[in-house]
Amino acid sequence: MYASQTTYHRAGSVSEAVRLLSENEGAKILAGGHSLIPLMKLRLSSPEALVDIGRIESLKGITGKDGAVCIGALATHAEIASSDVVSERVPLLAEAAGKVGDPAVRNRGTIGGNVSHADPSSDLPTVLTALDASYCVTGPGGERTIAAADFATGLLETALGENEVLTCVCVPSEPSGSGSAYVKFSHPASRYAVLGAAAVLTADGGRCSSASVAIGGVEPMAARSASAEAALAGSDLSDGALDAAAAAVCGDFGDNVLEDIFASSEYRKAMGPVYVRRALCEARARMG
Amino acid sequence: MKVPVEMTINGRSYCGEVEPRQLLVHFIREEAGLTGTKVGCDTSQCGSCTVRLDGIGVKSCTALTVQADGSSITTIEGLSDGVELHPLQEAFWNKHGLQCGFCTPGMILAAAELLRTNPSPTRDEIRHGLEGNICRCTGYQNIVLAVEEAAGKMGGS
Repeated sequence: MYASQTTYHRAGSVSEAVRLLSENEGAKILAGGHSLIPLMKLRLSSPEALVDIGRIESLKGITGKDGAVCIGALATHAEIASSDVVSERVPLLAEAAGKVGDPAVRNRGTIGGNVSHADPSSDLPTVLTALDASYCVTGPGGERTIAAADFATGLLETALGENEVLTCVCVPSEPSGSGSAYVKFSHPASRYAVLGAAAVLTADGGRCSSASVAIGGVEPMAARSASAEAALAGSDLSDGALDAAAAAVCGDFGDNVLEDIFASSEYRKAMGPVYVRRALCEARARMG
Repeated sequence: MKVPVEMTINGRSYCGEVEPRQLLVHFIREEAGLTGTKVGCDTSQCGSCTVRLDGIGVKSCTALTVQADGSSITTIEGLSDGVELHPLQEAFWNKHGLQCGFCTPGMILAAAELLRTNPSPTRDEIRHGLEGNICRCTGYQNIVLAVEEAAGKMGGS
């Protein structure tokens, strides 16, 4: 498959990337290319210009900060999955990053590209929504921060402005003593999540003091399940409590449940509680 | 508008002017003439285009040539020293880890990537480590045995 003709511009810095985006109408940002290049080959995307940010040093690296981990937009899934600081502070993200695609895809795909692509079946938006992550972006007007829950605005659409570059993903550390898990129903060929469920559970005195549940792959954007979280709050996290919370997720699905040749909307809705329950059980087992 | 690139493939220097849309696998096959690297699914799923880019296993159908400018690439043709087979190649031979052979170059490069990150994989880890590579002859069992044998010869257990 051959992508459309395009022009190529390599940015040496974030400010240069912003300038190149401003100067080239219809330009797309290229990092690892594992979301954009497949789209270009299918001609679902035919950008007139590519701005390659893949060599900008300031966008690389993973650092622990006060109660959080800051992950440069160019960090690859493999780097995140094998990072000690990520595994210690946000094991949910390490687990999900290790389940993206396959080893070669994880070597090349980046966290910034992954979330900017806003594919509903992508793993990272689901866990980053569950973890209350925030995204730092830089544009012509300066820097701003966007909450993960507000970042995707629709199927493959984001709140990222036309000439803005996502620079960093900041993830608050999971609470001490909490347990978390991400489980997915992988598409057998692409390994995208036909459905993915993330859970973070914290208990105090035998009762659930906080619960975070997010689901991806079912609706056009990954989303938290307020109903499941409400069902868990204050519960004893028994099997019955997890069953009730898992069953509650269906009430949060809107009218726009995804459907494709692989899984009907009915099937996705039916699998929602199944995978949420698995995530909750695994998260509970990891508490302590 | 073409863009100048230069890179090292299997120790030899290549340079040229390429269209920005050109995929790395097409540079390797058509400009460098190294046709061991295959194009299978062309959708990042089958792994037959796997090469080593600056020491790391990647799918060359999902990288642009311009992204690889200045890098060092190893393909199946460059895995051995030209005299002795690489232990993975030898093990695929010994264990008959191939049927039609189309997936084999990518499978061996993916196995090399697995052994880079995990020199002593269990059979289960070998299967998972090769999950990005598809053998349409479904000859996986002997591929797993071959990777296991190679791991032992290369210093793992």
